[in-house]
Amino acid sequence: MTDGRSKQKILEIDGLHVSYGVIQAVKQLSLDIYSGEIVALIGTNGSGKTTTLRSISGLVGDTRGRILFAGRDITKLEPHRIVKLGISQVPEGRGVFPDLTVLDNLRLGAYVRRDRAEISADIHKMYQLFPRLEERKKQLAGTLSGGEQQMLAIARALMARPRLLLLDEPSMGLAPLMVKEIYAAIRQINQDGVSVLLVEQNARMALAAAHRGYVMETGSIVVQGTAEELRSNDVVKSVYLGIN
Amino acid sequence: MFLQQLTNGLTVGMIYALIALGYTMVYGILKIVNFAHGDIFMIGSFLGLFFMQEFHLPLYLAFLLSAAVTAVLGVLIERLAYRPLRMADRIVPLISALGVSTLLVSLAQKLWGTEMHPFPTAFGSRTYTLGSITFSEIQILILVLSFILMLALQLFVTRTKTGTAMRATSMSLTNAALMGINTNRMISLAFAIGSALASCAGIMVGIYYNAVYPTMGYMAGINAFTAAVLGGIGNIPGAMLGGVLLGLVETLGGAYISTQYKSVISFSILILVLLIRPSGILGSKDINKV
Repeated sequence: MTDGRSKQKILEIDGLHVSYGVIQAVKQLSLDIYSGEIVALIGTNGSGKTTTLRSISGLVGDTRGRILFAGRDITKLEPHRIVKLGISQVPEGRGVFPDLTVLDNLRLGAYVRRDRAEISADIHKMYQLFPRLEERKKQLAGTLSGGEQQMLAIARALMARPRLLLLDEPSMGLAPLMVKEIYAAIRQINQDGVSVLLVEQNARMALAAAHRGYVMETGSIVVQGTAEELRSNDVVKSVYLGIN
Repeated sequence: MFLQQLTNGLTVGMIYALIALGYTMVYGILKIVNFAHGDIFMIGSFLGLFFMQEFHLPLYLAFLLSAAVTAVLGVLIERLAYRPLRMADRIVPLISALGVSTLLVSLAQKLWGTEMHPFPTAFGSRTYTLGSITFSEIQILILVLSFILMLALQLFVTRTKTGTAMRATSMSLTNAALMGINTNRMISLAFAIGSALASCAGIMVGIYYNAVYPTMGYMAGINAFTAAVLGGIGNIPGAMLGGVLLGLVETLGGAYISTQYKSVISFSILILVLLIRPSGILGSKDINKV
């Protein structure tokens, strides 16, 4: 392959089941991410995409099946240990800490690290990736616009130096120009060597950026393939891309 | 007269503030009211008494040791009585808290009896006069030590990595966990700090009123909880402000209206705050927080 992608699986989900009480949110889900890939997970509201991401990060208690990260079983690990191993998540709704400054949010992103000098160097890298964050570094995160909060959330997740970045609806509620900017950053991050799992309702954006994709419906994967295959798939075209 | 009452009110207020911090830190993270917190304050007072009476330790060592033991007690209470109920409905930990409260009072009655114990220290009785105001030694201790403890706490939560992580945890448990923060450890820390502060307050109250008894945590707890709500529960500077305000209003009201109405005044304030500004003075406008 021409880019940084390899044959090595960085994430391997095998037969994942998640239930909330009697409701089965995810059923028999299997999904792989190869090192260096951007993988899109698309589907309508309530199809189980967010639950899948939450399971990877260890935020859901009641799971069955196996999740391997770089060959290691992380299914039963606590969330903070999973972050330490190298998986960061930008949650739905961005999840910035509203009453902390932009800078403090970024520093918390590096909570698992001890290398102070490297951390400040990384903060400057984030300011290069998103110059607006530097302008607003002393501001409380809650006062930022939605797009700026999304930038902050992504930058903060990168501060942990993850090998795999999970993004939950990064384009939600943003103006088209801002969406473009965010997606440019996602591609940049991926070129710098971070594998990405991208959950989106905006299938068009996601499939334009991704190498491969999975389509989820009511808790299960119904279609999968390369981004190109999905873009020309009739079901995907009519349901998710709005093309007849 | 007025300045004297102001001083007395400030003294009581600082105590309320110290106890209120424990309510507010725990509520901030777990959204539960730890109704056993007033009784942790009582246990702290008894422990101070115990260390001084049985081991003849100096006062400062009694403060340190009771704070340490009480901190461990607070952490254990969370572990045994609240953590297993984390996923349960919000009313469940509340009932568990009342159970722990009863347990602690009964434990104190069993160990030390139901009567009032005088505090075995000569410290605190001497007085100093500054213009028209008379300070007792213990009042000075309360004002100075409370101020130092609150300043230290404020610096800890705003200037250190762990303190910032604790504030982040109180903004969102999930998002804090996604930063790699061990949120259970932050919860334990909140219980430890809150309990240690309550223990210091307990010893100072024991000396101030020269009385330690098993049910002393009841009114102190309710007043401090009122202070926490007044300042905006979940908000650390709010608890400090709420405590001082409540102490002042209660003491001035007691002095100029009638001491009989002290509790009426504080509860009227609680009801008024809940009606007019349920999020408290410094609390965020999110009403779900109260």
